[in-house]
Amino acid sequence: MTTARAPWVLLGPACLAGAFALLPLGYLAVRSLERGPGFAWSVVTTEGTALLLGRSLALAVVVVAACLLLGISLAWLTVRTALPGGRAWSVVATLPLAVPSYVAAFAWLSAVPELAGFTGSAVALTLVSYPYVYLPVAAALRGIDPAQEEASRSLGAGPVRTFLRVTLPQLRPAAAGGGLLVALYALSDFGAVSLMRYDTFTRGIYTSYRASFDRTPAAALSVVLVVMTVALVALETRTRGRRGHARTGTGTARPFTPVPLGRMTIPALAWCGAVVAAAVVFPLATLGYWLVAGNLATWDPAGLLNIAGVTLGVAAGGAALTTVLALPVGVVAARYRGRAADLLEQAAYAGHALPGITVALSMVFFAVRYANPLYQELPLLVCAYAVLFLPVAVGATRAAVLQSPPVLEDVARSLGRSPLRVLREVTVPLAAPGVAAGAALTFVVCMKELPATLLLRPTGMDTLATRLWTETGVGSYADAAPYAAALILLAAVPSYLLGRQRS
Amino acid sequence: MTELQIEGLTKAYGPDTTVLHGLDLTVPSGSLAAVLGPSGCGKTTLLRIIAGFLRADAGTVTVGGRTLTGPGTHIPPERRRIGIVPQEGALFPHLSVARNVAFGLTDRAARRRRTEEMLDLVGLAGYGDRMPHELSGGQQQRVALARALAPEPALVLLDEPFNALDSALRAGVRADVRAALRATGATALLVTHDQQEALSTADLVAVVREGRVAQCGSPQDVYSRPIDPWVAGFVGDAVPLPGTAVNDTATTALGTVELRTPTEAPLQGTVLLRPEQLRLTEPGETTPDGIVTDVRYYGHDAMITITVDGLDTPVDIRIGGHVPLRPGDRTGIRITGQATFHL
Repeated sequence: MTTARAPWVLLGPACLAGAFALLPLGYLAVRSLERGPGFAWSVVTTEGTALLLGRSLALAVVVVAACLLLGISLAWLTVRTALPGGRAWSVVATLPLAVPSYVAAFAWLSAVPELAGFTGSAVALTLVSYPYVYLPVAAALRGIDPAQEEASRSLGAGPVRTFLRVTLPQLRPAAAGGGLLVALYALSDFGAVSLMRYDTFTRGIYTSYRASFDRTPAAALSVVLVVMTVALVALETRTRGRRGHARTGTGTARPFTPVPLGRMTIPALAWCGAVVAAAVVFPLATLGYWLVAGNLATWDPAGLLNIAGVTLGVAAGGAALTTVLALPVGVVAARYRGRAADLLEQAAYAGHALPGITVALSMVFFAVRYANPLYQELPLLVCAYAVLFLPVAVGATRAAVLQSPPVLEDVARSLGRSPLRVLREVTVPLAAPGVAAGAALTFVVCMKELPATLLLRPTGMDTLATRLWTETGVGSYADAAPYAAALILLAAVPSYLLGRQRS
Repeated sequence: MTELQIEGLTKAYGPDTTVLHGLDLTVPSGSLAAVLGPSGCGKTTLLRIIAGFLRADAGTVTVGGRTLTGPGTHIPPERRRIGIVPQEGALFPHLSVARNVAFGLTDRAARRRRTEEMLDLVGLAGYGDRMPHELSGGQQQRVALARALAPEPALVLLDEPFNALDSALRAGVRADVRAALRATGATALLVTHDQQEALSTADLVAVVREGRVAQCGSPQDVYSRPIDPWVAGFVGDAVPLPGTAVNDTATTALGTVELRTPTEAPLQGTVLLRPEQLRLTEPGETTPDGIVTDVRYYGHDAMITITVDGLDTPVDIRIGGHVPLRPGDRTGIRITGQATFHL
């Protein structure tokens, strides 16, 4: 809408942020080719790599299939049927989003140690990531014009035929987009698979990095993982682009007549109850069990307090840097079109496709070579957070700026304000609540981050996440429980505030 | 003096989407001009170029002799001294009414007095401490006008400012806006697609079609002397009749009519009348007659559609007050006043 090119006061800092986000990716490629393309190729084509690839893909396929089943069935039951307590179910069904994968893994592993391996990884990942399918499918179900289904019924198609031929095809883009996000999650996950001792690409990279002084193989493996995740993100973006076509008319306000469940009410309730029990109640109950069962002698409140403080500190640093970097990118992305602006937005979204472990590795490589004093120091960790979570903050900023109509900025210009002053006096004050919400969200995800923190933390420093991971890894579940509980409590505060602000 | 002069303004968004084709327009200092056109005719683009939000491909915009847009010249919006009143007001939601109005005032000493003056002008004295969301749509629109007028701009642009208001409120706000503009003596340009709004509010109406000014003149001029049937139909209801013109009269199936502009040699063409120029007469007399096919009653007047023998399309007649006819009745028709003739 506004003039085609962004002013330099915005574009300059935005380009810096974009370059910052792309830096690790570029350096990773350079580093993996350092010993020649032949060497990198020989690493990538070993039997071991093929095995890792197969395991990662198998896990992703199973998790996606399970998430589609859970997500679509719950969405339909909660949105379109007369399920008792439908509203409450739809809130509870999204709660697993707040459970980090390694907490779910901790819960299952400590209760059923035999699950370790593929099954446990698949269960833990499915139960934390099915909301990625549930949310878009539920939204799509709400968006479908009920008149279409009525037309189908009036043309002689029964309820099942109507669902299969009219409703389901319209859910496909939403389900596909959600499924791709789940695949991305499964491929990039490090916490759950490493605790479950199931060797995937991410765990392979970590082992390779820890095991030898030669870090080139780890870099080469990272590049393969990045290629896979970038392909997934590209696919996801394409389905998102087409999703618009599935929408009909201009958002009908007419409510659906809920489908009566009749004799199926009890089984439907049991199904929803089982999913929520496994995904939400079970991890919390396990946590509670270990807290109570834990040996009081091993309780270390001072240590816990200290680690919680450290966690809050690094997360705050990460959120602050990320928000500052995201501000110019978000404004440019919201207000300007053109190749430069589009490119910039895509660069900022790079972190979305990069698994934490690869960002951490590239930071390590970069620091060892060009900024050795930073290696295993806090600033590097904070920078890694910024690269990883820039998409979260850019998305929030962009949405916040889009909320206020651009005509306000035009009016301010016509009343004698320069572009920079319009930014300061109109754009930023209006976007401030949304930007703050983005900062809070970034804060939460920084606090929960595991692989990059593991690799980049200063020697001797622990966050709640790394300590939980270490204790669970050696099987001392009772010792791990307080850290898990503290993490969930601390992450719940900003999440609660965010939820309240939205409603 | 703040005359607005636009010459040869051209703007294209792509190779095949030229929006303005060398548009010319002059608005005398202190008058209120309406740019009237259907959606997509380029009126919003024109407004954005004048305000400086868009760059023109060619052409010039001068206000009071100062070139704002021209070859090699593009004054940024903040240095143009052009106020804008956008659709729906677009008040800054985070600022009070007074701070909205004072937004463009740089002189700190005079800020308070000027703000009060402007709020008084638009009839909202005492509303300074309210927030925009506490005002009705019409009040918001008036604050937007006060905000635009406060820095004493050389020109005020109004972008369909009455669209968002419901029709009961619209006439009142329109009159207030006109009075406020008159009081400040500002030159103003009102963009609209509503012909009633253009005719009743403006001193000067410029009808824009496909990126050019098709006709520009006083509201009466544009209504009674449309340059072609399209303009005639756009600014009001028109009755087109096939006819033959000789000197200053034309002959049609409804009789002869005097022309506003005489022609010379006999010509075949279209004679344009307004529905209120036709009168009903008793049937079967000297005037031609037809059969009533439809009656639309509006209260203050009514439109009657009549099918006439020898005419392919029925004609509309507007009459005031009482409707003496029903569909199926036969009636005579008489022409009054003058018509325009088009080839």
